Amino acid sequence: MNSLAEPRKWEKLFWPLLATGLLLALWHYSVIWTATKIFPSPRDVEKGLAELLLHHVLWGDIRDSLRRVAIGFGAAVFLGIPLGLTLGWYPAANQVVNPVMQILRPISPIAWIPVAIIFFGIGDSAAIFLIFLGAFFPIVVACINGVSNVPSVYRRAGRNFGLTPPQLLAKVVFPAALPQILVGLRIALGIAWLVVVAAEMIAVDSGLGYLVIDSRNSGKRYDLVVAAILLIGVIGLVLDFGFRRLEKIRSVRWGFRNES
Amino acid sequence: MSVKESFVSPVLKTKLSVENVSMTFKRDGNSTPVLENINLEVGDGEFVCLLGPSGCGKTTLLNAMAGFLSPTSGEIHVGGESVRGPDPRRIFVFQERGVFPWLTVEGNIGFGLFKLPRGEREERIAHYIKMVGLQGFEKAYPPELSGGMKQRLEVARALAVNPDMLFLDEPFGALDSITRLVMRRELLRIWEAERKTIIFVTHDIDEAVQLADRVVVMSARPATIQQIVDIDIPHPRDISSARYLELRDGIFKQIGLAHQV
Repeated sequence: MNSLAEPRKWEKLFWPLLATGLLLALWHYSVIWTATKIFPSPRDVEKGLAELLLHHVLWGDIRDSLRRVAIGFGAAVFLGIPLGLTLGWYPAANQVVNPVMQILRPISPIAWIPVAIIFFGIGDSAAIFLIFLGAFFPIVVACINGVSNVPSVYRRAGRNFGLTPPQLLAKVVFPAALPQILVGLRIALGIAWLVVVAAEMIAVDSGLGYLVIDSRNSGKRYDLVVAAILLIGVIGLVLDFGFRRLEKIRSVRWGFRNES
Repeated sequence: MSVKESFVSPVLKTKLSVENVSMTFKRDGNSTPVLENINLEVGDGEFVCLLGPSGCGKTTLLNAMAGFLSPTSGEIHVGGESVRGPDPRRIFVFQERGVFPWLTVEGNIGFGLFKLPRGEREERIAHYIKMVGLQGFEKAYPPELSGGMKQRLEVARALAVNPDMLFLDEPFGALDSITRLVMRRELLRIWEAERKTIIFVTHDIDEAVQLADRVVVMSARPATIQQIVDIDIPHPRDISSARYLELRDGIFKQIGLAHQV
């Protein structure tokens, strides 16, 4: 088999499943060989997961985490896209704001936790604020880059057809930048999902992040800790997968293929 | 068609006039003269080719005529008004790169028609889809089209707003030689039907002699007009006729190329 050969249908499923199986086996035997009393085996985690599901707390935690991400990410989209488009459209304004943004951008949202708690107290608002911070900058930056990368032929064609500047922004610049904006949104959503877990460990008493820290604190239930961690991974994957489906929409698909 | 329609007649009223236009680009403290004292008059409904070597400044001149650049000195008038910027009455056609990939064929053609009521807009879109032979591709997106189809789409988008003038910047440069020939014929057919004033930039001598009423031969940078050649052959042109070869060879000599490879 060479690397150019199209993998057969069963192969597409078989090899990933085999790798997952091997990893689970490695985990299982490592727990046995090291005779650890603390770290759970895959079997323990499975039982832990079933326990969480049966106690009905899990769904509430998932819902709370998703709700915080939806609000924080939603606010970042709502404020970040107009700001990013504006800054991309007026390079002079961008030059004014850019230094501040470049300083704020690399700060992990986790560092803002104490500040968030001063502003909002312990509670939902603090967690949502942190998610907002994490998602906001990647969205703004993606919009600025998206707008400034719009080929000048598109802008010129738009002007040639007599569009006013607001029309040009809405009908040419925004759709031309949209594929790049979507990439930024997807990165921001990933960050939002990272941040929600951290924020819930400190600022609130529900959600998947709280579940992880609470399972450890109340009786060192590492089976539940690992079960919650795996769930966080799976939900993150589902969110990303769902978002990628947006890239298939026909009016943006041109931006995601190598051939034009 | 009659012979008299096919080349410029002295009674045509002037559509576009370029008066003493010079242009200098300034960059890093150096100034590069690009156009030097260009004077040109183009009649209403005339097809003029700007011919010159790559980088000679013919595209710059076209951009100035279309209002995307303002000349360093001199004036450009269209229909008696001074050109102050781009205008929907004068559409610039890029190589097929100018079609919007986020819009369907219909969406692209209808792009400039946003001021029209819906019914009229749809009528125009259908008319121009038919004119450029894109029936069956109304809902297709540009990445699904071939280079020639994208080029026809861009021409259709330009024609749909019913401009008086078209500026074409090496529109067929990126197409293969067979498609290019087909597109030339298509363009002439559309021009016969719609009688727009067309300014067509090319570096291809044959293309210029096949298409234009007059060929404006430009020198290397800074561009000046070397010669204006009247192509007095009626359409459809026989490209092996003695007159065609004579005119073509004359331009080859003017540019300083012996036509031997």
